[in-house]
Amino acid sequence: MFLLGKTGKAALSCLAGTLALAGAATTQAQEISRGEVIATTCYTCHGTYGVSPGAIPSINEISADRMAAILQAYRSGQRVATVMGRHASGYTDEEIREVAQYFGKLQKRGK
Amino acid sequence: MAGMTRRDFVKLLGASGAATALGLGAGCETVPKSAKAAPRVVVVGGGFGGATCAKYLRIYDPALNVTMIEQNANFVTCPGSNWVLGGMRAMQDITHSYDALRSKHGVNVVHDRVTSIDAAKRTVGLASGKTVEYDRLVVSPGIDFRWNAIEGYDEAASELMPHAWKAGAQTVLLQKQLHAMRDGGTFIICPPPMPFRCPPGPPERVSMVAHYFKAHKPRSKILILDAKEEFSKQGLFMDAWEELYPGMIEFVPASKGGKVQRVDVKTRTVYTDEGLTTHKGDVINIIPPQRAGNIAVAGGLANETGWCPVNQHTFESTRVPNVHVIGDSAVAGAMPKSGHTANNIAKMTAASIVSLFRGVRPPSPSHVNTCYSLVSPEYGISIAAVYRINEKGVLEGVKGAGGLSPKDAPHLQRVQEAGYAQGWYQGITQDTFG
Repeated sequence: MFLLGKTGKAALSCLAGTLALAGAATTQAQEISRGEVIATTCYTCHGTYGVSPGAIPSINEISADRMAAILQAYRSGQRVATVMGRHASGYTDEEIREVAQYFGKLQKRGK
Repeated sequence: MAGMTRRDFVKLLGASGAATALGLGAGCETVPKSAKAAPRVVVVGGGFGGATCAKYLRIYDPALNVTMIEQNANFVTCPGSNWVLGGMRAMQDITHSYDALRSKHGVNVVHDRVTSIDAAKRTVGLASGKTVEYDRLVVSPGIDFRWNAIEGYDEAASELMPHAWKAGAQTVLLQKQLHAMRDGGTFIICPPPMPFRCPPGPPERVSMVAHYFKAHKPRSKILILDAKEEFSKQGLFMDAWEELYPGMIEFVPASKGGKVQRVDVKTRTVYTDEGLTTHKGDVINIIPPQRAGNIAVAGGLANETGWCPVNQHTFESTRVPNVHVIGDSAVAGAMPKSGHTANNIAKMTAASIVSLFRGVRPPSPSHVNTCYSLVSPEYGISIAAVYRINEKGVLEGVKGAGGLSPKDAPHLQRVQEAGYAQGWYQGITQDTFG
C-alpha cells in the first residue's frame, strides 16, 4: 500500500532505529491528539489551560459533557453569543467531543 | 490523523528526509555523540510567534532544549498600541517581559540578534559573534518594511513621519505628534497594499485617534489615503464612525486617488495621483509596504514575493530543511498576518516539531483567528474564522463558520465586544508570555 521509494524506506527504517534515541530525550513517543490541538486554540482568548486572566470566562472547570453541550448549543444558535457561535460552527460533532474530553481530562489532572 | 498515509508522513518530515528530522543529519551510520542529549530547538524572535512556540515546545516536551534569541529585553505588542494613541492604555501596559518563559517554562532566553543562518551546519550566527547549534530552527522575525517603495520614505523619514507599525519608540513618537497638534489640524494615515501586518489595524488606529480628537481637539480631521480599494470590517467601522465621530473621517480608496507615490517629510506633504494631487497634513502616519523580517530574507527563506513559503501543516520552510518559519513572515494560506494567527501557528509548529522528534505523525492542524477592534473604549467589533488545511495543503477558512460582528447589533453587544477585546488582549498575552 505504501509506495515508498528506496530513500523513503531507508529513511523510515532509520527513523525506527533512532526512535529509541529520541525517546530517551522525550518523555514518551506518542501522538498529540486533535482534541489537544483544538484546545490550544481556545487558550489564545481563554488563557493557557483555559484559565483566563481577564474578562473572557475561564473554561477549565467545565465537565466534558457540559462543554460538549455548550459548544453544540453555540453552534446551533440556541445559546446566544457574541463570537462563540462563529467559532463553534467550525467544528464537527466528533471534534467537539474530542476537545471537550481533553478539557475534562485537564480538569482531572488539576491544571 | 485520519486520511494521512505513511507517504504523506514521510513528506512531512521535509525535503531532507526522516534522518535529518531527528536531527541526525549525517544519517544512520554515524550517530553523533550528542544523540542522547535532548534535541535542541532554537527560536529566532520573541513576539507572538516566537515566544508562544518556545513556551509550547517546553509544554509539549519538557525534556527539549529550547533557546529563544530576541534582541530586545522586553516585548511591546502592536495589539493595544492603538489604545495607547486613544489614551486608554500606557506604554507599560503593552510591554511584556520574558521572565515567565525563563522561570516557569525553562526556556533559555538569550538577548542577542541573529545575523546569519547556516542550514548545512545547522547553526545561527549572532551579532555578538557567538554561534548556536540547532536540530530544528524556528524563525519568527515579524515584518520589515520596503523602504523607498514610497519615494522619499526611508528609515530616516520615519523619524518625522512615523509608521508606528512596530510598537515601541514609534508609537510614542506618533502619540507625541498627535498631542502637539493644534485643534483643527489634519491627521493623514496611509495604509499599505495587502498583504500586511494586522489588516484591521489602520481603521482601528483611525478610530482611536478620532476618540482622542473628539475629547481634546474636536475641530480636527482625519484623512485616510489608502493603497487599497477597501479595508477590513469596512461597513462596521464606517457605520460606527458615522455614529461616534460624524464628519471627522474621510476615506479615499486607491482608485479615487488614495495611493501615495511620494512624500516630502520637510513640508509634511504626500503626493497621490502620480504626483498631481498633494495633501498637507499636521501629523502624517505612513504605513509602508511590507515583507518578511530581515533575517528570513537573509537566510534565504523568502521567495520573490518577499514572504516565506512553508509547508502549511508543519510550517517547515519549503526552501530550507529543518527550518520552520512562523508569524507574519510566513505564507499561511487564508490566515491574516496577526498576533492571533502567529500564536496559533506557533502552537501547531511546536506540536509538529515535538512529533517529528518523537517519530510520530504531527497532529492535524486546526487554527483560529479572532481580530477584535475598538472603535471607542465602549464600542467593539470583531472578525473571526476557523481554519483547516485543504487537499492542496493550503490553510483555508471553514465554510459556514466565522464572519463579522452583525451589522445592526444592539448597543449592548458593542459594549460586550469592547470588553472582550480587552479580555482577548489579557488572554493572548498571558498565553504567549505568561
